[in-house]
Amino acid sequence: MSFISRGFSGRSRERDDRLPPGQTLVHDFPVLSAGPTPDIDTADWEFTIRTESGVHRWNWDEFTSLKIDDVDTDIHCVTHWSKLGTKWRGVSLDTLFEDIETEQDYVMAHSYGGYTTNVPLDELLDGKAWVAFEYDGEPLDPEHGGPARLLVPHLYFWKSAKWVRGLEMMDQDEPGFWEQNGYHIHGDPWKEERYW
Amino acid sequence: MQHVDGNSLAGPLAEFLAFDVTMATARCNGCGDTAELARAMVYTSGAGTVVRCRSCGQVLATLVESGDRAWIGFSGVSAIEVRRPGS
Amino acid sequence: MSDPSTAQAPAAGLPGGADAALRAVPRSGWHVATVAATHRETPNATRLELEVDGWPGNAAGQHLDVRLTAPDGYTATRSYSIASSGPGTRVTLAVDKLPDGEVSPYLVDEVRAGDMLEVHGPLGAFFVWSPAAESGDARPVQLIAGGSGVVPLFAMAHAHGQVDDPTPFRLLYSVRTPDDVYFADELRALAEASAPLRLDLVYTRRTPDGWPTPAGRITRELLEHAVIPATDRPRVYVCGSTGFVELVADWLVGLGHDPRSIRTERYGGT
Repeated sequence: MSFISRGFSGRSRERDDRLPPGQTLVHDFPVLSAGPTPDIDTADWEFTIRTESGVHRWNWDEFTSLKIDDVDTDIHCVTHWSKLGTKWRGVSLDTLFEDIETEQDYVMAHSYGGYTTNVPLDELLDGKAWVAFEYDGEPLDPEHGGPARLLVPHLYFWKSAKWVRGLEMMDQDEPGFWEQNGYHIHGDPWKEERYW
Repeated sequence: MQHVDGNSLAGPLAEFLAFDVTMATARCNGCGDTAELARAMVYTSGAGTVVRCRSCGQVLATLVESGDRAWIGFSGVSAIEVRRPGS
Repeated sequence: MSDPSTAQAPAAGLPGGADAALRAVPRSGWHVATVAATHRETPNATRLELEVDGWPGNAAGQHLDVRLTAPDGYTATRSYSIASSGPGTRVTLAVDKLPDGEVSPYLVDEVRAGDMLEVHGPLGAFFVWSPAAESGDARPVQLIAGGSGVVPLFAMAHAHGQVDDPTPFRLLYSVRTPDDVYFADELRALAEASAPLRLDLVYTRRTPDGWPTPAGRITRELLEHAVIPATDRPRVYVCGSTGFVELVADWLVGLGHDPRSIRTERYGGT
């Protein structure tokens, strides 16, 4: 029954060759969330990695004393927007996993507020992922995931969990929040892995 | 992000379900609160719709839509009371 | 009990009353609406009169979804409360233009008579009022509106006036300035009708000349004096921005109103 609404175009949808299929360019930074924005004081913040052998912990001061990378990357949201040349600062997952031995190949990221998302470990290492706490030269806004969020720019942006508080190693790949509710278990934007 | 409430679920779910969800009573399996879904908190973004318990904030239900497909999850609800139409 | 079909409770065992609203609500569906007329309601809002092919009628307080489609296939869908009720295919909306909106600026500024819109409805059986003769509930009704949240409440007040329902009705309407009042003439007429509506206006930014109180937001004290007291056990409908609705609903519960008798509809906003 659908027909074109005379004179309606909606917000502009800009295409660009650098974008994965089905994406359009935005210049603002849309906010996607599944619940209220958690208010986390960096004094209370901690980040953990839980493996078969135990838990590794960093508080805010320990975390921000680690080697910090500058990251300039494109991001792609499953809701069809992409943003080019975004600038972040954060700690590489390579740095965080430097002293960690694990036989487990899969990761569940957990966030303050209860959000979860799954990523295979080899998709987080070799310079592919960070825990970012600055965006565009400023501390990361709570709306955009501050104090710190996961940044996995080669996958759809729902994998870059906002308000991240830890990684849990798993033997098998298990779906996180959106992955249980319709979204793709892997989420590669270049293959348009959007849904089940 | 500003939430709305379960009244907003009526349209999206009427396309797939034969009962009006706003009057359907759902029990949260986190805290046991029982209320019409219209009273739930609803967070909507381009990614989908997340329905949360008004009392404890637990996720009651989710709705993801893409074209003619939809994924309807009731992960946090133990049961929903619905009325037979015309009864 | 091995056959589940014989294990049902008899229909007579179902509680009555609460499901009356469901009975009163027609089945929803997608329809093509033709814009019959547009009218500037306030400096920031437009009233749209729609002729909706196949519309089954609607209860007072229900809403519909409008879907717009761009030439490249992009679609945007938004919900709007319906200002009209009853049988028939004529549907009235009053749409407020949101500063960053994608759909409301189109409906407020662009749409004109003869245009066609896709609408889905009528929707929602919760935020609905039906006459005492149908619902069996003759308790007084208190309506509380914040800004454009008045639209479904106006539908209720109007439906109440039309059927000569004896239920006492009172509307507390918080609005920025006198120019922002929706349905100003209709509300004035309802306040003088045979089944009267008691109207209390609160101006948050600017009052009419000679208004007895300065402009300001609703307070708990004001609410206590301008709503039907909890001891009269009113049914209360609150509609407005999320912040407004939650503040008012909390105060109402604090003032002794039964939370189950308070029905709310939030439209988001700031």
